[in-house]
Amino acid sequence: MPTSTVQKMRPWAASPKDRALTGLSVLLSVLTAILIVAVTPMKGKLAYFALFFLAWFVIDSLFVVRKQGSKGVRDGLAAKVTLFGAVIVSMAVFSILWATISKGVKGLNLAFVTENMREASLFDPIGKGGILHAILGTLMLIAIAIIFSVPMGILTALYLTEIKGRAVGLIQFLVQAMSGVPSVVAGLFIYAAIILNTPLRSSGFLGGLALTILMVPTVTRTAQEVLNLVPRDLREAGLAMGATQWKTVALVVVPAARSGLITATILGVARIAGETAPLLFTVGVFDSYNFNPFKGDQGTIPTVVWRGLMGGTPESVQRAWSAILVLLIVVLIMFVLARSFGSKSPKK
Amino acid sequence: MSIDAPVKVTPPARKITTKPRVSDQIFRAIVTAFSFSALLILSLIAIFLLIKGFTTFKEQGFGFITNFEWSVTQDEAGKEVTHFGLLAMLVGTVVISFVALAIAVPLSVLTALFLTFYAPERIKRILVTIVDLMAAFPSILYGLWGFFVLMPMAEYWAKLIHKWLGWIYIFDVPDPVYTRSPFIAGIVLSVMIIPIITSVSREVFSQTPLDRIQAAYALGATKWGMIRAVVLPFGAGGVVGGSMLGLGRAFGETVAVFSVLNIVFRTNFQILFTQGGNVASMIIQKWGEAGPSEVSALMAAGLVLFILTLMVNFLANYVVTKTVKSGR
Amino acid sequence: MNESVQLTQNGTHMSDQPKNTTPSSLSDVAAKRAETKIAGTQPLGTGLEARGVHAWFDKHHALEDVSLDFSAGTVTALIGPSGCGKSTFIRTLNRMHEFIPHTSMAGQVLLDGKDIYEPGIDVTKIRLQIGMVFQKPNPFPSMTIGENVLSGLKLAQLKVDNQEDLLEECLTRAGLWTEVKDRLGAHAGGLSGGQQQRLCIARALAVKPKVLLMDEPCSALDPGSTLRIEETISQLSKSMTIVIVTHNMQQAARVSDYTAFFLSDGGPGQMIEVGPTNEIFSRPRDERTENYVTGRFG
Repeated sequence: MPTSTVQKMRPWAASPKDRALTGLSVLLSVLTAILIVAVTPMKGKLAYFALFFLAWFVIDSLFVVRKQGSKGVRDGLAAKVTLFGAVIVSMAVFSILWATISKGVKGLNLAFVTENMREASLFDPIGKGGILHAILGTLMLIAIAIIFSVPMGILTALYLTEIKGRAVGLIQFLVQAMSGVPSVVAGLFIYAAIILNTPLRSSGFLGGLALTILMVPTVTRTAQEVLNLVPRDLREAGLAMGATQWKTVALVVVPAARSGLITATILGVARIAGETAPLLFTVGVFDSYNFNPFKGDQGTIPTVVWRGLMGGTPESVQRAWSAILVLLIVVLIMFVLARSFGSKSPKK
Repeated sequence: MSIDAPVKVTPPARKITTKPRVSDQIFRAIVTAFSFSALLILSLIAIFLLIKGFTTFKEQGFGFITNFEWSVTQDEAGKEVTHFGLLAMLVGTVVISFVALAIAVPLSVLTALFLTFYAPERIKRILVTIVDLMAAFPSILYGLWGFFVLMPMAEYWAKLIHKWLGWIYIFDVPDPVYTRSPFIAGIVLSVMIIPIITSVSREVFSQTPLDRIQAAYALGATKWGMIRAVVLPFGAGGVVGGSMLGLGRAFGETVAVFSVLNIVFRTNFQILFTQGGNVASMIIQKWGEAGPSEVSALMAAGLVLFILTLMVNFLANYVVTKTVKSGR
Repeated sequence: MNESVQLTQNGTHMSDQPKNTTPSSLSDVAAKRAETKIAGTQPLGTGLEARGVHAWFDKHHALEDVSLDFSAGTVTALIGPSGCGKSTFIRTLNRMHEFIPHTSMAGQVLLDGKDIYEPGIDVTKIRLQIGMVFQKPNPFPSMTIGENVLSGLKLAQLKVDNQEDLLEECLTRAGLWTEVKDRLGAHAGGLSGGQQQRLCIARALAVKPKVLLMDEPCSALDPGSTLRIEETISQLSKSMTIVIVTHNMQQAARVSDYTAFFLSDGGPGQMIEVGPTNEIFSRPRDERTENYVTGRFG
């Protein structure tokens, strides 16, 4: 066949000449920015950034205007402005990550994750005491929140996707509204409803309840999304065999969406793991282990960070950074887990 | 039987009914019951905050949201005299949130446009991960970063802005103190709400009907021309809705704002100056040493905050749903 | 300069006497069309010419070596069963093909003798000269009827002295003027499907293209609207080059001067045969064409 010799072409793709021109204009812009910063009183990273952008736009426009006129110039400007928007957002994220890692590792040592603070204070030199009690406390709170919010969230999602009753619109609306409840209000509510009215005092259990309020909407919405991805014919196949709706949901729909539901749970946990404000009302602070979820204050990572930040000495601030690094690692692991489960969930 | 006028008889539509089996009835009952937990929780929040804050509402009346002063003192007889006015904090909350929106909305829309229409596949995947990651950062991390990393930089930016735009009232300052200002709190909040606005905007942008995009291109539009003619009109409602969801989040944020804001009970529109207010942060600030009457006032403040965020969220969802449904 | 008004490299030449040896309704229709077509409206330029065009979607070879010459001022119908590459082909003619990720192509498309795939060419200018109407009517819903017609000018940043005149001219040519002249400020969403499609035609006409590509423009419309569109096409064919993809052989017979038959035998789509429409429908040279136009498959 002679056709096999025909070469595929992509005439619309950037040619080597185009790439060279792009490279040239970027290079020229960098040089221009450096030059202007050197000879004028404008100084600093901000100046480099702004001048580079301006120079790039001007130089690139000179290249484009010959071929495409003012239309091309505007198109080029739009492309660059969107890119710069994305770059600024990325810079903020990298700044946060870099600060956490670079400042956090300085205070990390074995004791930090294997000891508690019973013998040490926030203001002691680094190396004395650790936050194991807070790690355990946070895990306990997360477990309590999961116990309440996962059934609540998934059943609500089932109502929205399987039963589709008359209240679907209302429930959807309320779940959305609930996701906007400020975390401080969740804490105040538990305090107002339980601590002021019953003999119960601040404890891990009450903290878990406050976190449940914040976690349910996330679980519900993600679960709803994955349940909607379960193909209709799977359900109809179940029902057509004469199975009850209950059996179809329990044996067909939920298993098909299992990994997606796990993602929903993990995303919910990631949402609440770092919540601080509600814990100040409901859990209090504690420097040692407390394995009783129903009685007594509890140490948690967010409150350790909070107290470290408020403490204000170099040692306490260092503890805050190291504790937030530990928390961030936990959140990142959950994030990666959620993504790997999420990629396994059924796609239409 | 008449033959001359054949009357067309349409039989009435039969109603299709079925009696669900018992197991299904139980299943449906349980699921339905649980689905109302959102309603239950939201109502309980409102009820309990109202009960506990009731004395404050009764004593302060409308003054609770129209007065500036917040103090607990004792008169000569040793009797407690309370002034609880939330106005400065409400104004401060709005000011900070709008600073945040002013920064976050343009950046989010640009990022969403870049992601949807410009970014090569690989960069797109990385950037989507970055934005999702931002949403997963704990708010206390934003507070820590805002105080130790952002504040020194933002102080410099504030000085620059004041130098060049100081003739505009909101960029003026009574004293040259630029730390812990609404401006800086606004930047921190903007970083926190960018992922919300970006992901909602990206969602609606990516739903732009392909045939309209093609129509624009077939008329000789550049990419930007296409975006302006097709994507932005289609996605505008989604961007507004996403921004309001972000606004809701900004209204309620507590610890991140508390870390970087100097809370003062005075209305201040000079955003670069070290003086601001925020209902949620104020609750945390006053909580530690609050006596019973002040606790009641803080509960009342919580209720006001709760209603405020609910309203913003309702409105946001209304806008988003309406946009999606109208297909524009 | 009129040599490309002749037919393609396949050597299919315009026949002098298109006699119907086997009378069938399709060939009757086509013959009638051939009679009514007023000769001498050409030349309007040298037309559009595809030379050895291939198209790929990723690794899938969708279109193989199509050479086709669209003489200026003619209507060419592309027919064939689904999946034969005719829509892919029409989209290579104004570079809409490249919007699908991971596509590639080979060959040349010449407009007035110049390759539209030339490196460094401004593709937006190409699309201004080669307009397109799509399967589904796709007016811009955020714009009024009038704004829709003029949207191409705005998008391409073209200046026009008298917008009202242009508006009326385009809507008239698209056969929509009398129906909408009193509500140019209304939103386009209120129009019927057929009206919307004619609005899209008017929109494409406003930037004065030399060629109009129509990708199954009637497939989403009712028979009445289809008829109106076909009338519009007949009117337009006096002043421009039209390429129309259609599933409907009746339609091809009614509106086109030339017909090209595309077919895929499981491999890449190929052009089997091209010729004057009445010949394709009365005495096709290829057996596969005959089987298709007589309805034995497809």
